[in-house]
Amino acid sequence: MITKVTTHISPHERLIFERSQPGRAGYSLPPLDVDEQPLGEIIPRELQRDDNLAGMPEVTEVDVIRHFTRISTWNYSIDQGMYPLGSCTMKYNSRLNEKVARIGGFANLHPLASEAEAQGALEVIYELQQHLAEITGLPGISLQPAAGAHGEMTGIMIIRAFIDARDGKEKSAQRRTMLIPDSAHGTNPASAHLSGFTVKTIKSTAEGLTDLDHLRELCAHGDVAGLMLTNPNTLGLFERNIREICEIVHEAGGLVYMDGANMNALVGVARPGDMGVDVIHLNLHKTFSTPHGGGGPGSGPVCCTKELEPFLPVPRIVAQTSVYDGETDEHRLKSVPLRLDFNYPQSIGRVKAFYGNYGMMLRALSYILTHGREGLREATEAAVLNARYIAHALVTDYEKPFEGSPMHEVVFTDKRQARKGVHTLDIAKRLIDYGFHPMTIYFPLIVSGAMLIEPTESVGHQELDQFIDAMRSIAKEAAEDPELVLNAPHSTRIGRLDEAAAARKPVLRWKPKLAESHSTATP
Amino acid sequence: MANVPDNLHYSKDHEWVRVEGDTAVIGITDHAQEQLGDVVYVELPKPGESFPANESFGSVESVKAVSEIFTPVSGEITEVNESLSDEPEKVNKDPYGDGWMIKMKMSSPGEVDSLLTAAEYEDFTKAEE
Amino acid sequence: MRYIPNSPNERAEMLRRIGVDSIENLFDSIPEGLRLRRPLNVPAALSELELLKKFDEMSNRNLAARRVSFLGAGAYAHYTPTIVDHLISRSEFFTAYTPYQPEISQGTLQAIFEFQTLVCQLTGMDIANASMYDGSTAMAEAVLMAERVTRRSKVIASSAIHPEYLDVAHTYVQHAGIELQHLPFNAETGTTLADGLSALDEKTAAIVVQSPNFFGCIEDLQMLADKAHAVGALLIVVVTEAISFGLLKSPGARGADIVVAEGQSFGVPLSFGGPYVGLFATREKYARQIPGRLVGEAFDAKGRRGFVLTLATREQHIRREKATSNICTNEGLIALAATIYLETMGPRGIEAVATQCAQKAHYAARKISEIGGFSLPFSAPFFNEFVVRAPTEAASLLRKLASENGIDGGIALSRYNAERPNDFLVCVTETNTRQQIDALVEGIGSLIH
Repeated sequence: MITKVTTHISPHERLIFERSQPGRAGYSLPPLDVDEQPLGEIIPRELQRDDNLAGMPEVTEVDVIRHFTRISTWNYSIDQGMYPLGSCTMKYNSRLNEKVARIGGFANLHPLASEAEAQGALEVIYELQQHLAEITGLPGISLQPAAGAHGEMTGIMIIRAFIDARDGKEKSAQRRTMLIPDSAHGTNPASAHLSGFTVKTIKSTAEGLTDLDHLRELCAHGDVAGLMLTNPNTLGLFERNIREICEIVHEAGGLVYMDGANMNALVGVARPGDMGVDVIHLNLHKTFSTPHGGGGPGSGPVCCTKELEPFLPVPRIVAQTSVYDGETDEHRLKSVPLRLDFNYPQSIGRVKAFYGNYGMMLRALSYILTHGREGLREATEAAVLNARYIAHALVTDYEKPFEGSPMHEVVFTDKRQARKGVHTLDIAKRLIDYGFHPMTIYFPLIVSGAMLIEPTESVGHQELDQFIDAMRSIAKEAAEDPELVLNAPHSTRIGRLDEAAAARKPVLRWKPKLAESHSTATP
Repeated sequence: MANVPDNLHYSKDHEWVRVEGDTAVIGITDHAQEQLGDVVYVELPKPGESFPANESFGSVESVKAVSEIFTPVSGEITEVNESLSDEPEKVNKDPYGDGWMIKMKMSSPGEVDSLLTAAEYEDFTKAEE
Repeated sequence: MRYIPNSPNERAEMLRRIGVDSIENLFDSIPEGLRLRRPLNVPAALSELELLKKFDEMSNRNLAARRVSFLGAGAYAHYTPTIVDHLISRSEFFTAYTPYQPEISQGTLQAIFEFQTLVCQLTGMDIANASMYDGSTAMAEAVLMAERVTRRSKVIASSAIHPEYLDVAHTYVQHAGIELQHLPFNAETGTTLADGLSALDEKTAAIVVQSPNFFGCIEDLQMLADKAHAVGALLIVVVTEAISFGLLKSPGARGADIVVAEGQSFGVPLSFGGPYVGLFATREKYARQIPGRLVGEAFDAKGRRGFVLTLATREQHIRREKATSNICTNEGLIALAATIYLETMGPRGIEAVATQCAQKAHYAARKISEIGGFSLPFSAPFFNEFVVRAPTEAASLLRKLASENGIDGGIALSRYNAERPNDFLVCVTETNTRQQIDALVEGIGSLIH
C-alpha cells in the first residue's frame, strides 16, 4: 500500500530577489526619539556605506510570508512522516520543547547578564549536566560545544591535554596516533586531525565488529593516544567486547573516545562510563530530540571521567554545594547560588563564545523531564524494537551483510538489486515516490552500496509496515521493471539534478542582471 | 570494458605514462575515470615543482569522491594541462589524450621499466574487482 | 509515553511477529555485566502542566531578562519582526533534515542560497557558506583557512578583538602548528596600531581585526589590508554587531579577504548565548578552501532550476582528515531566521535600524560624557557601542544601577581585563528609548553625586 504524502502549491516560486520591486518594504520602526545629528558628524563619510545595499530584496511582509510558506511545502519533514535515516535519530520534535525555549525569561536573557540575575538560566545548565552525567555514567561534563563534530574536537583535545600532562611534552610527542575504525563517520578523522593526531584505520571483522587482534597489533607500536569508536557501531551492532577494547587501549597508554551518535540504543539500558569509555560526546539534536532545522542548530555536550575533568572547557557551571537528589524525586534544586567558574588552569580553553547552544539545552532538559526515568528507557526499547522489526521484514528482499542482531539501526546492501543494474541511489530516489525520505545511503563506507535504516521510536507500526511494503515493492520493481527505479523520482517538482555541472561551474549566489546585456552575469 | 592502450606504461594507482624522449606525459586511466564518475575538478601542481616517484602531485574530484594522483616516475614538472580547470570533463572523455595532466622531465628514465605493461595492468584491474 | 506511537500491546504483537520473547531480549548482545539493572537516577516524568510551571519558575529568577538593558559585547538586543518566528516554526523548516536529498529539500536549499547571497551583499564578498556555529568559531576557522591558503603559520590578531573570540581562536590553533600573536591597540584612539605591525612579514598568513571592535571603535581596515597584502598575507575581518553592515562600508570594499561575523543581530533571540549563527564569506578564488556547507544552483534533465549542496569534496564526509573543517551540523534554522529577518527588513529597513542605533548611541555617549567625572577614553569613531570611564569601580557602579534603578547599564571591562577597573562598555540599539537612555544617564549621575 503506497501513500503519497507530498502536495505542492506554487511550484514555480522564484528567488526572493526575483520577487523584489523597488520601493517595497516590510518593516516598521518607531520614529527616532533622540536629537538627530547629521550622519557625517557621527560616522565619517569615508566609513559610511555608499552602495545603497544594492541588490538586497525589496519586498513587503506579504511577499515574505508567501515566499517562505510556498518553498516550505517543497520540503519533507518529520511531522509529515518517518525519516529512516541511519545515524541521524530523526525522532519527534515536541512542541512543548519549543514553547519552553521561547519563555521570555530565557529567550530575552543576555549571556553577559550578572550571575546573580541569571540563576534560573544557570540552573537549567546545571540540572541538564547532572542528568546527562547520570545517563552516560561519566561525571565530568561541558555543554559548550555547538554540535557533534565540535564536541568531538573538544573531546579529542581533552585526550591530548591529558596525555601531555601525564607524559610531558617530549614523550607525548611520540603518541600522535588516533585509531579510528574503517566504519567511522567522517567527522571522526577530521576532528582527530584538528588536535594534531594522525589517523590509523582499524579493520572490522567479518561480523562487523572491531578486530581485536588488529587493535592489539596497532597498540603494540606504543604511539597510540587513543581510539575513537561508536557503540553501537555504525552498522547498528553492539561492540560486545567493549570492555576488553578499552582495556587493550588503556594498557597501551591510550584513552577511549566514544562517538555518542548512537546513544538512542543505550539510554537507560547501558552506560558508556560503565564500559570503560573515557570521554564521549552526545548529540542533543539526535538522542534528545532537539530539531534538525534543515542543518542545525545542534549541540554536542562532552562527558568524561573524573580524571579528565580538569581539562574540560571553561567556564564551567558549578554550584556552591551540591544538593540535587534523585532518590527523593525532587524536581527542583534548592536555591543555591550557581556560578561560572574559570579557575581550571589545565582546561583546553574555550571552544565557543558564551556557554553553548543554550536554546537546545532548554529543549533537551524538557525532553528528559517529559520522558522521565521510565520514559527514557521506554524510548530506547521502542527504538530498538522498531529497527529489529524492519530488519526482520526486509531480509527477504534485501541483502543484510551482517548476521548480528541490529540495535536501533540496521544496514542492508544493494547486492541483489545491482544484478539488474539498480543501485542504492536509485532505490533511495524511488522511495521518495512512495512518500518517504530516503534512508542514509553509502554510509558506512565499509558496506558497498550501504542503506542504513533507523526508524527511531517515533514511528507507529502501521507506518513501519508501509515503509516495509514500499521497500518490498521497489525490490520487485528492480527485478521486473528497473527503468522505473533508475529514473526515479517521478513525483517531485524537480528530478535528479546535474550535480557534476553544479560542481564544475559553481554558482553560489544570485547576482543582479547587468543593465546592458552582453554580460555573463548569472540571473 | 575500459580502454588500455598498448603503447603506455601503467601504475597500480591507475596512472598512465607516455614516454616522449626524456619527458613523461602522465594522466589517469580509463578505468580510473570510470570509477570516479564525472570529474568536476583537477588540482595540479605548478611547473618547476619536483616529485619523487609514487608521491602525490595533486588530486582529482568527482561530485562524491576525491582521489589523490601519484606520479609513477620521478622528475620536474615542465608543463601542466591548464585547460582542465575549465574543462575537467576531458579526463572522462579522453583520459589518454586531451585529458593528460602533467608533463615531467624524468630524473631517472629507467624507472618506467618497473611499471606495468598494458597486459599486466589489465590483469591487475581484473583482479581488483 | 505519549511521544511513542506504539502502545504496549502493539509492541507485544511486534515482538511476537519477529520471534523475540520479550523486550529484554532485544538487548541480548549487550553483556550482562554492562546492563543497567536499576532505573536511571533522573526524575519521574512531568506532565506538561508541571513542566511548564517548573520552567516558568526558573525563568522568573532571571531578573536580568526583564531589565532595561544596554548590554552588547557580542550579543545584541534588536527587535525581531513577528513573522520571523512564525515562519521558522513551520514544521517543514524546523523538523527537516539536512538537505542531502535535494528533490525533497528544495525549500531549505533555496533559503540557504538566498542566505548566501545576502551575506555576500552585506559583507561585500564573492561567496559565503551556509553558516558556522557562531562568530567566534567562524573566526577560528578563518584563521585555519588562512594557513591553508597561504601555507604560512603565523597569524597576527588585534587585541581589540572580543576576548572570548581570541580565547576560542587560541584553542583551535593550539595543535594546528599556527602561532597566534597579538597586536596592541592604541590607548587613545581605541583602534589597532599601525606601527605595532613589526611582526608582520612573509611568514604571516593573516592579520585578524574586528570592526567595530570590542570597544565599539571602527578600525582602519584599508590601512591594515594594504599592509597585509604587501607581504602576501590575508586580511580577516570580524564583525560581532551585524547591524553595522547597514551603515558602515562593507569589509569587502575595504580590502578584506575573509569576512566572518556573528549573525545574531538578524532576528535571533539573545537566549543566554545561543544558538547563534556564524557568517563566513570570502573571495571567489578561495572557493575550494572555504569550510562549511555550500549550496549551488543546478538543473535537472528537463532544465528546471533547483539548488543542491555542492563542492562537498571539501567536507569531512568525503575528505575526512584532509577536510577543510570537521563541521557537519551548522546553524541551519538560525540562518533561516536571519534570512527572513533581512528579507523582511530589506535594505531600507537595515539602514534605518543601523541609523537609529548609531544616533541613539551617540546621544547616550554625549549625555554620559557630560556627567561630572565620566569620560569617553577612546577617540575613534564608533557605531553603537562605546567605552565609558567612570570615576569609581565600574562593576559595583553597574551592580547598584541594576538593583536600585532596574537598569543593566553596560558590561564592566574588568570582567575581561583587571587593568581596566573603571571602564564599562555601553551598547545602544533601536530598542532603547530616549526615556531609557535618559534614565540611564540620570541613574549613573545619581549614584556618583
